[in-house]
Amino acid sequence: MMHGPIDATRLAAAERAAMKAEAARRRTDIVTHAILILGVVLFALPIWIVLMGSTHDVGTIARGEVPLLPGPYAVQNYLTALGEGSARTTRVPVALMMVNSFIMALLITVGKIAISLTSAYAVVFFSFPGRMVAFWSIFITLMLPVEVRIFPTFKVVSDLGMINTYGGLIIPLIASATATLLFRQFFLTIPDELVEAAKIDGAGPLRFFKDVVLPLSVTNIAALFVILFVYGWNQYLWPLLVTTSGDVETIVIGIVRMIGSEADTDWNLVMATAVLALLPPVAVVILMQRWFVKGLVETEK
Amino acid sequence: MATLELQGIRKSFGTTHVLHGIDLAVAEGEMIVIVGASGCGKSTLLRIVAGLETATEGRVIIAGADVTRLEPKDRDIAMVFQNYALYPHMSVFDNMAYGLKIRGLPKAEIRARVQQTADLLGIGQLLERKPRQLSGGQRQRVAMGRAIVREPKLFLFDEPLSNLDAKLRVQMRAEIKRLQRRLGVTSLFVTHDQVEAMTLGDRLVVMHEGRAEQVATPMEIWRAPANTYVAGFIGAPAMNFLAAELVEGGAAAKLKAGATIAFADGVHPGGEGAPLIVGIRPEHIQAGSGPGSLPLKVDLVEPLGAESLIHGALPSGETLTVRMSDCSPLAGSVLPVVLPPASLHVFDAEGRRIEAVRRRERTAAAGAVGA
Ligand SMILES: Nc1ncnc2c1ncn2[C@@H]1O[C@H](COP(=O)(O)OP(=O)(O)OP(=O)(O)O)[C@@H](O)[C@H]1O
Ligand SMILES: [Mg+2]
Repeated sequence: MMHGPIDATRLAAAERAAMKAEAARRRTDIVTHAILILGVVLFALPIWIVLMGSTHDVGTIARGEVPLLPGPYAVQNYLTALGEGSARTTRVPVALMMVNSFIMALLITVGKIAISLTSAYAVVFFSFPGRMVAFWSIFITLMLPVEVRIFPTFKVVSDLGMINTYGGLIIPLIASATATLLFRQFFLTIPDELVEAAKIDGAGPLRFFKDVVLPLSVTNIAALFVILFVYGWNQYLWPLLVTTSGDVETIVIGIVRMIGSEADTDWNLVMATAVLALLPPVAVVILMQRWFVKGLVETEK
Repeated sequence: MATLELQGIRKSFGTTHVLHGIDLAVAEGEMIVIVGASGCGKSTLLRIVAGLETATEGRVIIAGADVTRLEPKDRDIAMVFQNYALYPHMSVFDNMAYGLKIRGLPKAEIRARVQQTADLLGIGQLLERKPRQLSGGQRQRVAMGRAIVREPKLFLFDEPLSNLDAKLRVQMRAEIKRLQRRLGVTSLFVTHDQVEAMTLGDRLVVMHEGRAEQVATPMEIWRAPANTYVAGFIGAPAMNFLAAELVEGGAAAKLKAGATIAFADGVHPGGEGAPLIVGIRPEHIQAGSGPGSLPLKVDLVEPLGAESLIHGALPSGETLTVRMSDCSPLAGSVLPVVLPPASLHVFDAEGRRIEAVRRRERTAAAGAVGA
């Protein structure tokens, strides 16, 4: 450390440096905000265009216009989409597709969570012969998502006569290594003493699961629910293979089928369907986020 | 309320042998403190009694019934853990009531018992709170409450006070003692803190490397430690040990440091010249010159207020710690000290205590006069 006298030049220099730093900070502020705004626009613009497009008649978009302001056909477009579907291509009402997608996403989510909770519980809290084998085989399936094993899976499902059924649509997507590993990691943080205290209190394995493990996992379950629901809702490749009729068609597949040849497409209905396809995942995120935050806050207190 | 008996408890984890045959009989309502250095197997022993760990060999008998093969829930015991192990998502009430709910007690009775126990512990107003909303001391009380409310045959405590600050620890220690007396529940209490052990226990089990070195009342252990390990472990600062040999037909010890001290309590067995270890507590050493005194070269003085701790070396090179009031020599000076014969502890070369075989006539006569 130097202890020299603080002279005027040095003070002035310090002041100049401070002002420079201030100016630099303001510049970075402006730059970061500009980038942020650009990002938001890039992200929001397509959604805005789709939203606006869904309120115009079929001719507007067919003429190549990109409407940035709402048109007068909103109610009509949405009612047609929900009730009748695109007359020129699929003829499946979007309401039915949404129900199908919802059932698929919900069952995939619930199934994945249920299976991964119980398998992680078994792997963490019980010692049985082959425990590590079980754990590693779950771990290895991480490398085998549906896309990789799609042909054998398709063969099995079609041999079982499950094409065009909810079962065929959902069951192959349920087994989930990721969720199992996540819960395992969380269960490992539950202190041994808590398990032992419950044993002494007389709680058997099922009771301990229901009374202690499940309530402690609530926030994890909520977070996974959101992620898995969106994952299930957005499934494309597998439903494309196993659904060939309108009865079990999902909304993602529906949109693809609606976009037939360029000339034939009811663009206004496609846009409306796309907007409708967005709504349930958004609703789930908003709904679950509340619960998720509430869970966090309650345990934090 | 019940008796507890441990018979030849051994425990190995694979090839690591942790307990080497522990025998213990605990009377009804007795508070036994298991004390020992870290890693000596205290927790393992307690967990075997709880049924959380199975003994490799030996039997656990509670209230006359062999429970060695029973699950923890069938042993009718309650345990308080070091980190309290409260259910974080349950209120204080639910934490305390959980065991009773599982047993299927009627709601009204659960409510009454929890309220009563909570009031006993002074946590009656906290029943709606979650564990996170409590201080360490309050959590400790809840953990105690969870044990008490079950009215078990046996309380097991595994270092329940070691996460509290010093002041609270002293306070809770006294409270646990009062509660245990009042409820009269047979208890095992594990600690590595000797003050806690001395103040809490009706009897102590001093453990060392998986063996019970001595089982006796705190005062017995302090007055007549069974071996050098126990002698060094109980008492602070620790007892001094000096090398010596047996002389004068077993009537005296000749210290390597110089002096020869005649035993106050009579002749000790062993051949002439047999090696001995002589122990003396720091507070029993006195300043004083004259025959039999030893020159202590002082190298450190620690004032404790009313007393000072004096560390130094004897001519033999052995170190000696002395606790004295009204005396604080300078470091580097030489302080002559005497070891009062009546305060000596005599151990053989392996460290086992040697008792005098016969009392001297002098003490016998004094005893007769006193009577
Ligand atoms: N599950 C286990 N597997 C292998 N070794 C173990 C296991 N549990 C305990 N041990 C070993 O047994 C010995 C005794 O452990 P224990 O926990 O009983 O010690 P402790 O006396 O309670 O110590 P502390 O005062 O530190 O709690 C230690 O050496 C420990 O490493
Ligand atoms: Mg321990």
